[in-house]
Amino acid sequence: MYEGIVQDLIDELGRLPGIGPKSAQRIAFHILQTQSFDVARLAEILTTVRERVKFCSICGNISEQDTCTICRDPRRDPALICVVEEAKDVVAIERTREFRGLYHVLGGAISPIDGIGPDDLSIRQLMQRLADGTVQEVIIATDPNLEGEATATYLSRLLTTLEIRVTRLASGLPVGGDLEYADEVTLGRAFEGRRSVS
Amino acid sequence: MPGQWDDRGVPVYRDEAVVLRTHKLGEADRIVTMLTRQHGKVRAVAKGVRRTASKFGARLEPFMVADVQLWEGRTLDVITQAESLGSYGTLITDDYGSYTAASVMVETADRVTESEGSLQQYLLLVGALRSLSRREHAPTLTLDSYLLRALSVAGWAPTFTDCARCATVGPHHSIVVQLGGVVCDTCAPPGAPKVDAVTIGLLGALVEGDWPTAEAASESTRSKASGIVAAYAQWHLERGLRSLPHVSRESS
Repeated sequence: MYEGIVQDLIDELGRLPGIGPKSAQRIAFHILQTQSFDVARLAEILTTVRERVKFCSICGNISEQDTCTICRDPRRDPALICVVEEAKDVVAIERTREFRGLYHVLGGAISPIDGIGPDDLSIRQLMQRLADGTVQEVIIATDPNLEGEATATYLSRLLTTLEIRVTRLASGLPVGGDLEYADEVTLGRAFEGRRSVS
Repeated sequence: MPGQWDDRGVPVYRDEAVVLRTHKLGEADRIVTMLTRQHGKVRAVAKGVRRTASKFGARLEPFMVADVQLWEGRTLDVITQAESLGSYGTLITDDYGSYTAASVMVETADRVTESEGSLQQYLLLVGALRSLSRREHAPTLTLDSYLLRALSVAGWAPTFTDCARCATVGPHHSIVVQLGGVVCDTCAPPGAPKVDAVTIGLLGALVEGDWPTAEAASESTRSKASGIVAAYAQWHLERGLRSLPHVSRESS
């Protein structure tokens, strides 16, 4: 245990995700010992980010304005909506440069064991976006884990009542992996989603 | 139950396990809580499991049954290998009602094995998940039957025939969850709720696994029985089950 403010700093850093007590101590001493470290700039950025960054009123993505850059971009296809769990997933899909539609960020996945049900996600807002008939296809891109699959099942059941094409991202063998190590579920999905090459 | 060592001298053990839940750890790892056949409840680290090219793939997702090999760690054990024995997860999540029911089952298993697990609890949970994945019965019936039986194995067996307090031979029509099931008119506290004979019959069928009787019950009877089972489970587990309010009675 350190005295006073140093321990306070270690404790606060230790509350960040993925930072254990040892890492918190290392970062704290880096801040204390490195002359060139611009602490004032870090503090300013942390304050500004909390003040300026909010969630897009349309899709729930992070934004510095009322709506995010993707929702404001007139070149994006408004007939396509890709539903993701977190804003981090938007960045991952944008890196592919394959998708030119809009997004909808749910804010998580249905997980009853964690007390998260459909009402805790922005599903109602999604249904409101689909009500005007502009959207022709909803691509469900929730994580390929249990909660993500259950959320996709729930959404697809809900969306079948609307006359909109509902698709799910393909899942199968990862590029660079060995077939012999693939589990039955992944390999089974790869067979289901196989495509013709000739 | 150590006794084996790997080539670096680290103690290893192997067991069959059903995955109850997972928690994210660091960049790409997870802490996996499992109910094992021989070692009770085990919390272990699955390294790199969140990476898309992980060797574990879907084998360590909740509701999956796997043959696992673990290193004994100082605080948490480390999963080194996993082979699927029952891929129930994907079949269960294809039906939203089954998913919510299975979530309550694994949360209950996690709670009733807090002090120590047992082979009976393991087999009961695996059987219930298998039944859900095969759509053998309505998910809520499977769930209610599982809850009553898991609580029975844990030492809180309900009675739906003779009086839970004085053992007077039934049938009785008052149910008091705090007393452990049906009670006679003499033992029933003032204001104890009266329950119709059909609902009590369904509750008895769920404990015994009398599926023809259970399947024949109407939706309203099933709903009343579910309310009593939920109250019974919440009372004996002391803290409420977080997943229980999310149970969906509709199947997709």
